[in-house]
Amino acid sequence: MTHSEPRAGHSAARGLSDKSIRNLFIFPTIAFLIIFNIFPLLFSLYTSFTDFRASTNAPANWVGLENYSYLLTNEFIWRNFTITAKYVLISVSGQVIVGFGLALLLNRYMPFKGLITTLLLLPMMLSMAVVGLFWKLLYDPNFGIINHSLGLGKFEWLANPDMALWAVAITDIWMWSPFVMLLSLAGLSAVPKHLYEAAEIDRAGTFYTFFRITLPLVAPILMIAIIFRTMEAFKTFDLAYILSSQPTTELIAIRLYKMAFLEWQTGLSSAFAYIVLVMVVGITMIYVKYLNKVKER
Amino acid sequence: MAAVRSQREVWVNRAAIAAVLVALVVMLAPIYWITSTAFKPRNLATTIPPTVVFEPTIAPFVKLFVKRSQLRQPVDQETYDAAPWWEQMVLDGGEKVVRSGKTKKVRPSGYGKRFRNSLIVSIISTALAVSMGTLTAYGFSRFKVKGEDDLLFFILSTRMLPPVVVAIPMFLMYRTVGLNDTHLGLIILYTAFNLSFSVWIMKGFIDEIPREYEEAALVDGYTRIQAFFKIVLPEAMTGIAATAVFCFITAWNEYAFALIMTNRKAQTAPPFIPSQVGSGLPDWTVIAAGTFLFLLPVAIFTFLLRNHLLRGMSFGAIRK
Repeated sequence: MTHSEPRAGHSAARGLSDKSIRNLFIFPTIAFLIIFNIFPLLFSLYTSFTDFRASTNAPANWVGLENYSYLLTNEFIWRNFTITAKYVLISVSGQVIVGFGLALLLNRYMPFKGLITTLLLLPMMLSMAVVGLFWKLLYDPNFGIINHSLGLGKFEWLANPDMALWAVAITDIWMWSPFVMLLSLAGLSAVPKHLYEAAEIDRAGTFYTFFRITLPLVAPILMIAIIFRTMEAFKTFDLAYILSSQPTTELIAIRLYKMAFLEWQTGLSSAFAYIVLVMVVGITMIYVKYLNKVKER
Repeated sequence: MAAVRSQREVWVNRAAIAAVLVALVVMLAPIYWITSTAFKPRNLATTIPPTVVFEPTIAPFVKLFVKRSQLRQPVDQETYDAAPWWEQMVLDGGEKVVRSGKTKKVRPSGYGKRFRNSLIVSIISTALAVSMGTLTAYGFSRFKVKGEDDLLFFILSTRMLPPVVVAIPMFLMYRTVGLNDTHLGLIILYTAFNLSFSVWIMKGFIDEIPREYEEAALVDGYTRIQAFFKIVLPEAMTGIAATAVFCFITAWNEYAFALIMTNRKAQTAPPFIPSQVGSGLPDWTVIAAGTFLFLLPVAIFTFLLRNHLLRGMSFGAIRK
């Protein structure tokens, strides 16, 4: 180390200085993200104050906050938010129950544990669009395997407005419980064994051990899983869009897509996108706070 | 007392194993079902009750790749016998293979092209995202950067943006510069999307490589750049490979951007496969075959990645 100190000053003579290497390595990424993420968003911030429609050649007129006030007072948009909230609640709580439950089961002696874990993780790696597609086959009221194996007769899942959101959520739970399981397993394996041994000596009951030892120690990682899944469920587009065309499953992202690319209300949809954006950045900030917290442990 | 307890524990363990096996069957059943449908003859795909035992056929895969049309009347025995085995499979299903007028060449279906588009877009965007991400991660890992936390948050936040939100202005920009429905347009979007992931996860991998390795190399007269390429990169290879596979899967699976930004020329498989269901009676065996081929690479990669899944899914925050 003592030898490298004086040489460090000469490093400019042997190639680039550390500072210019740092800039050379970091700058392209920052520039790329600014050009292809931030600049477009600034552009849509502008269009969000106009009545621009991308389907016509008519010039955009400045309308001020009209788009925002229209959206925030519009009953239909609030319905989309309510549907999304319901969807997030059902699917994330389902994932936590199934995922954490599976993790608790796997966190004990289990033959072929590695193989079983990997197989259980498979659904979350698949394409949401394609998963949505083949669940359509599974949900079919006539020849679907779900009705057949549960003995539900000709039960309508996707064609029934009251069931469709549940059907989408069930598919999401199938797909993403493995994610909660994966993170919970990491949390569980980090709980020191001696705590359980101490609890056993004290003759603590199973429930006591679970609520006083297991849960508090797994909580930070479980929290990461919950926030991440909440954010993803909030943004859900592919799965719901492919599985169902019911108005009762019109999540925010689907409404936004229709507004922007089917109805071509570019200005209005930009304003809508900004409202969604602010919410997502808010959740991201909470998420990063927890990520850093877990990292520091 | 001890004997009673262990007896109870044995039963609890058995119950846990049984529960896990049930969960495994439930979780894998949908995947098994789509796979088995891909090998069914068409008349067994949508039976009531569902057909579980059947003689597998590869006819759906033949039909997946060739353009077909309904047969108006059955072909005569002579033509049937003269046809190659794969064409017979199509004829058996009451359809004929469409050939172009003069050359009599078999016309391909749209699937192969979509599959190829998916490969091109995913591979190139992965290469870009991983190489830029690795450099940036090294920069953040080894040097002091002003406002490092804010920059890293900024990088991550771009990943969290809902695709439809980004797609609205990007669509207009692409329309202006003619990038809609091009490979390049999708490659740029996927690179941007994967770049933040690649920076975060590669930073974790590079943080784990001891600085002493490079410092020793610097003492030996290497320049910083040489030390990076000859010492750090080889050490980071596992991490780079894992990151690349993750980026590839993300790009491969992406749907919303592809749906909005492409329609014919550059369309990838995810928006194409569901569009086949469309109108009329869909041939689920062909859709299942397309789905199976599309999911297969991801399933293989998942096995290769199994030890890095935790890290990848938590943006490098949780390591085993």
